[in-house]
Amino acid sequence: MSSAVASHAHPPTSTGLDHRKIAIWAFIGSECMLFASLISTYLIYKGRSVVGPFPHEVCDPPVCATHLNAILNIPVTSFSTFVLLMSSLAMVLALAAVENRGKPGYEGIFGSSKFWLLTTAILGTTFLGCQAYEFTSFVHEGLTIRTNLFGSSFFTLTGFHGAHVTAGVLWLLTLLAIDIKRGLQPKDALLVDISALYWHFVDVVWIAIFTLVYLIK
Amino acid sequence: MADHEFRHTNPDIDVHAMGEVHEHPTWKQYKWVALILTLITVVEVWIYYTPFKDSPLFVPVLLIMSAVKFAIVVLFYMHLKYDHKLFKALFTGPLIIAISTLTALLFLFGKFSGKH
Repeated sequence: MSSAVASHAHPPTSTGLDHRKIAIWAFIGSECMLFASLISTYLIYKGRSVVGPFPHEVCDPPVCATHLNAILNIPVTSFSTFVLLMSSLAMVLALAAVENRGKPGYEGIFGSSKFWLLTTAILGTTFLGCQAYEFTSFVHEGLTIRTNLFGSSFFTLTGFHGAHVTAGVLWLLTLLAIDIKRGLQPKDALLVDISALYWHFVDVVWIAIFTLVYLIK
Repeated sequence: MADHEFRHTNPDIDVHAMGEVHEHPTWKQYKWVALILTLITVVEVWIYYTPFKDSPLFVPVLLIMSAVKFAIVVLFYMHLKYDHKLFKALFTGPLIIAISTLTALLFLFGKFSGKH
């Protein structure tokens, strides 16, 4: 079987498009509604917590037992936002490396899909590390998922996002393992394209969360 | 890496299955997109630490910058600008429903009344 035939070997569809790509876009559409509901919940409950800690406001007695600072850490979150944006760049370069494998200019490390997939996974893990640090420091400062409405809605929203990033990192590592084992070829570009769409979606959700949760008081 | 153009001239790529009507952005475009996204993020964080955060324009400006970043990633990194119209419909349809629902809920719970 020639490679050209093999690459067009997906079953015939009424749209002429591969069902896997239609499925990932439909999944992303449904995820938009999931995250919109979580963001709505956060925004509705915002400012309605009876006890601290609060996201942007200092809490003093008698509302809080002791003095509590505003809890959101903007510098750390800004850094993790930058990391996630750069991971999206690494992901498009991984896809380009797979699509252009064997072409001039794609022999070196910067033309290697393995390098860019690994970079994306490392950046995703760094983002998760920042989130773990943030969650841990919040718990130390007295904010848990059961403390107040802010804690419940915040941990649910950002926890769901973190779970999506975790799934994305596992997906990337799976692709990396396949790439190491047999090498991802241009005919596998659709597999990488689908994972890239998921990864970029996780990125755009964070763009919304960063502004609505962290920056807007 | 040189300024390669990521074009689907490779016969091994199932362009039809990927649903792409046009070509992908170039490496140079990807670099510019990353730079613009970084700059917008820097401006967002910078104005958070300035007196502008107390201005009534602070929230609208942040929302506009966030929407621009969102659109850039979707159009260029997710290739929706170049993709089949069915994919555009599958994404923008639910997105419009999601944003409409979010806005309606915020109105319903009085978030735009200034009481909360």
